[in-house]
Amino acid sequence: MIDERFDAIVIGAGMAGNAAAYTMASRGLKVLQLERGEYAGSKNVQGAIMYASMLEKIIPDFREDAPLERHIIEQRFWMMDDRSHTGMQYRSDDFNEDKPNRYTIVRAQFDKWFSRKCREVGVTVLTETTVTDLLVDSSGKVLGVKTDRKGGAIQADVVVLAEGVNGLLGTRAGLREPPKPENVALAVKEMHFLPAETIESRFNLKGDEGCVVEAAGTITKGMTGLAFLYTNKESISVGIGCLISDFAETRESPYTLLETFKSHPSIAPLLAGSEVKEYAAHMIPEGGFKAIPQLYGDGWVVVGDAAQLNNAIHREGSNLAMTSGRLAGEAIHRLKAGRQPMTKDNLKLYKELLDDSFVMKDMKKYKDMPALLHTNSANFFMSYPQLISQAAQNFLRVDGTPKIDMEKTTMRAFIAKRSRLGLISDAVKLAFAWR
Amino acid sequence: MHIVVCIKQVPDSAQIRVHPVTNTIMRQGVPTIINPYDLFALEAALRLRDEHGGEVTVLTMGPPMAEDSLRKALTYGADRAVLLTDRFFAGSDTLATSYALAAAIAKIGEVFGPPEIVFTGKQTIDGDTAQVGPGIAKRQNLLQLTYVSKIAELDLAGGSIKVERRAEGGIQVLETKLPVLITMLEGTNDMRRGSMADALRAARAEIVTWSAKDAGIEDILKCGLRGSPTVVKRVFAPSPRAEKAKQIELQPAAIDTADGLLAEIFGRLPALEHELVELHETL
Repeated sequence: MIDERFDAIVIGAGMAGNAAAYTMASRGLKVLQLERGEYAGSKNVQGAIMYASMLEKIIPDFREDAPLERHIIEQRFWMMDDRSHTGMQYRSDDFNEDKPNRYTIVRAQFDKWFSRKCREVGVTVLTETTVTDLLVDSSGKVLGVKTDRKGGAIQADVVVLAEGVNGLLGTRAGLREPPKPENVALAVKEMHFLPAETIESRFNLKGDEGCVVEAAGTITKGMTGLAFLYTNKESISVGIGCLISDFAETRESPYTLLETFKSHPSIAPLLAGSEVKEYAAHMIPEGGFKAIPQLYGDGWVVVGDAAQLNNAIHREGSNLAMTSGRLAGEAIHRLKAGRQPMTKDNLKLYKELLDDSFVMKDMKKYKDMPALLHTNSANFFMSYPQLISQAAQNFLRVDGTPKIDMEKTTMRAFIAKRSRLGLISDAVKLAFAWR
Repeated sequence: MHIVVCIKQVPDSAQIRVHPVTNTIMRQGVPTIINPYDLFALEAALRLRDEHGGEVTVLTMGPPMAEDSLRKALTYGADRAVLLTDRFFAGSDTLATSYALAAAIAKIGEVFGPPEIVFTGKQTIDGDTAQVGPGIAKRQNLLQLTYVSKIAELDLAGGSIKVERRAEGGIQVLETKLPVLITMLEGTNDMRRGSMADALRAARAEIVTWSAKDAGIEDILKCGLRGSPTVVKRVFAPSPRAEKAKQIELQPAAIDTADGLLAEIFGRLPALEHELVELHETL
């Protein structure tokens, strides 16, 4: 046991952990951060898109030295069947602003930078140090952590669990249930290296401009999931993810899905000639509002993926992680400044700050969406993309068929596949879940 | 007792790529590690310290980012770290490097006490020359023991050390007087895992950072590119073997010994047997 005490111990050096550690240390708290990886970021996987305003609230001038890849000026949503995609595309020069809103990042590099920032404000960061257990007293109060280093038990007023989606520590200590397979997606990703000029010409970009493609449809073989393609400076991140429960049921393998996606006629030309340098897999909490566990207790709070804070519909995870980390840090700092103990009653402040923020408001807004997309996945991911593709082809092919007949064909195809009632029911349910 | 261990931050050779045009190592974006041989040297030093008392100082020369490897060495349990960093050192070959490191070791001796033992790894995995250790020994007038696989005995009072040195055809047991420079081989001692106390201390430790001037180096012309007579005439990637491996089908059940396998192969490829026999005779 180390004699020295800390105000707070943060477990994990991902977005949530770094945000919490930085927030507390920059306000004068004595913070110890423990990371099992070789360096902060070595274990962290994300697409990755980073939203500026959430980081600005933590490090306002991050643009000066953070390793950012490209700011995103164009977003493409593709609905795919096996041979085509029907797309919606938005591109605006407004995104070429002084302080852009979204960037692609490479987490290994970004997290290293974020960790350096933490150390600069006084966080004691120990890497290659795995927390094996929480120190808990007989009343259930968390007193500190045990690590895999010799003499590695260490105490603090509060422990911030930023341990990631699996949340092994928190579940082992009985603070929450392990995440359920239907609430977690498994995503796989590859980094494809290409010269910057090639990427710029293929995606119609210049300088640091970036483009994002997000795609759903038959590529997930009826499972609830999403594929993506993000442009970095000299690489393209390409990946696909589906719910673990779906993978279990269909016996599909993630890498086969990724191979199929990469060889899709709409995707293959974008990746042609690239060199694959990295393959990674990661779990993503997708359960939404209803899967959020207890977020605080005597001597502990949980933030980020471990708290299942992820907005699957808007594909926002890291900014919810950063914000929850920051708010936990702010709550702990306020309690510390007021000389209040880190009891469950007092740490409720963190939950209140979170409820008041966009994090919980967004999570609540889409509380019914995960269930809807999941139970109805065959329609949303197989039938509709195919029908929409047929409709588009009917509209575009000119072969002398009267237009009225074409429209009827399209309409009949929809009804045959899903019935009038089914179509209306899906539309209504979708509208309600979105509301 | 005072031990100085020289370490080098090198690109992780497992993840390295060679530039297709210039044939040089692409260091950008490649993770760095402590040269693996240096870790064996560090572990040997830490064991001697644990047994005999004293201090271990780690020394590296490199860019400011080399601090990471020093901090890691502190996590393993080293007592002090010195970073020798200056733009004058850029482009050093083994001659210039051993000059700068020898000067820094002399300075370390003045400030923190003269070392009884200086350790280096056998060689670095990015240069593979194995010249810097002996270079330091020569400049510092230290006895040198290279390719050491094991420290057998240290007699501090008597001022001597006995080691096992791996040589062609066997192991030499050598004894010599202190102070000494030792270059360590791989595979003899696994690196320890630092305790929580060491990790905490390392995370907050002040790294002693010296410029060329701080280290007492007066002759800048002996440093960096200007002090490096080594000229790289050509760098090339070895071309892959043009000859393709031959595949022959055999009935595995019929063969149960290596001799049987050879007989079968030579039966199919008599030219190969002839070639090998001839080769054997000329040897």
